[in-house]
Amino acid sequence: MTVDVNVTLGRWPFRRTPGDESGAALAQRLRARGVTQAWVSHFDALLHTDLAAVNARLAEECRREPLWLPFGAVNPTLPAWRDDVRRCHEGHRMPGLRLFPNYHSYTLSQPVAAELFEEAARRNLVVQVALLMEDERTQHPLVRVPAVDAAPLADLARRWPGLRVIVLNQRPGPPGGVRALVEAGAVSFDISMVEGTGGVAKFVEAAGAERVLFGSHAPLYYWDAASLKIQECGLAPELEERIRHRNARAVLRAA
Amino acid sequence: MIWDLHTHLSGFDGATPREKMAELIRFADRLEIERVIVFMGYPFVYDPTPEQLREQNDQVLEALQPWHPRALGFVYLSPKHLEFSLREFDRCVRDGPMVGVKLWVAVKAHDERLDPIVERAAKLDAAIFQHTWTKVMGNLPGESDPWDVVALSRRHPEVPIICGHTGGNWQLGVRALRDARDVSADLAGSDPTAGLTEMAYRELGAERIIWGSDAGGRSYGSQLAKVTGADIPESAKKLILGGNLKRMLTPILRAKGVPL
Repeated sequence: MTVDVNVTLGRWPFRRTPGDESGAALAQRLRARGVTQAWVSHFDALLHTDLAAVNARLAEECRREPLWLPFGAVNPTLPAWRDDVRRCHEGHRMPGLRLFPNYHSYTLSQPVAAELFEEAARRNLVVQVALLMEDERTQHPLVRVPAVDAAPLADLARRWPGLRVIVLNQRPGPPGGVRALVEAGAVSFDISMVEGTGGVAKFVEAAGAERVLFGSHAPLYYWDAASLKIQECGLAPELEERIRHRNARAVLRAA
Repeated sequence: MIWDLHTHLSGFDGATPREKMAELIRFADRLEIERVIVFMGYPFVYDPTPEQLREQNDQVLEALQPWHPRALGFVYLSPKHLEFSLREFDRCVRDGPMVGVKLWVAVKAHDERLDPIVERAAKLDAAIFQHTWTKVMGNLPGESDPWDVVALSRRHPEVPIICGHTGGNWQLGVRALRDARDVSADLAGSDPTAGLTEMAYRELGAERIIWGSDAGGRSYGSQLAKVTGADIPESAKKLILGGNLKRMLTPILRAKGVPL
């Protein structure tokens, strides 16, 4: 049983990926690997301006496929972004949002980020923040998107202590950076970009067993990577269960 | 059968090479990795002096000793110090347990100073591994890209050469290697981006792809997923995960009397 908190529907703009033929094809692949729920956003959200339409398509796909749990995209630099939040929450009944600050040209220290977090907190939505989508060294030369600086999240988490924040695609850095976020509020992390031999176990030491969630970053990454990274660590079964599904379910239950 | 082409002592806990090696093996066991190739000691040095090369090779020799032949080694050389590197090759490969050469980022692979190293390695059927990357922000001054390896291969037809990381940006790297029939693609050390192995299989064929992890900087698991998760035939996966490397190393292992 696995709850994958980091899956994206649609097609990555820069190449095709195995399983991106359709949402159904991707769902079939994930189910075959034991995924029981996947929290999904849409690749169109990275570069499209009409995010209301992207979120509506995402919601429609999720109505057809029970594996998916939709996380809509909101860009707080766009006009009427609060209405996008409202539509995600009230119209599509989404449990949360997935933010792409670097693709949407703002930083987490800007006032627009605080306004968005305030709105999400008011609505008790989960906020996922994707720090990057791919290795900065291999990006398209005309579309170089630097990683999001996660440090300002600490201040945001402190200002809205009940707000559930999930950091996606966190590269393992100095443990102090992760600890600062954990101590600031209800911040969790997925393991999709945690690297190094035994890296997941080290990351759990830094973040705490309750704050680490299974995220694959599929279909951009091979789904097996997240699973084998856990297997490599030889974790206690109880800890593995936490990472694979219990922590994610606890985040949702905390509404 | 899984053989890992590409591991380092760096990144593993431990105060000594042997302690780090024990960690490397402990994690490899969990994913049923049967043999590992180790090269370079620690800390990583972009442009090592002869003394640093010797020190790093000594670290690897020390680490290998309790685990040989489950663990095998490649000698770390720099064409900037050619005479020393040839002597070091003799010490570690001809007269020692190592079975290949590792070239990193001191000199680009197209440089003719590599030629004597390649010739000496080829005489003993030692594997030749050249790191490559193609970074959008630009490579290090002496860092090769796959085209540099292709240029080297053209000067040494019939000599097998391994293109480390397949250039990192594998969509470029695989294309660069398409016509270089003697160059194999190493899958190690990049993010587990889906499609890498499928493209390499489609363009190069299963026989020219070799799996490696780049542990301890990388997770064995994240890298193994590039093969276990790929949409390619099981027969191809077997070649990539160990068959090709075993075939490449069989002559030198036999010559050294190492059991296969």
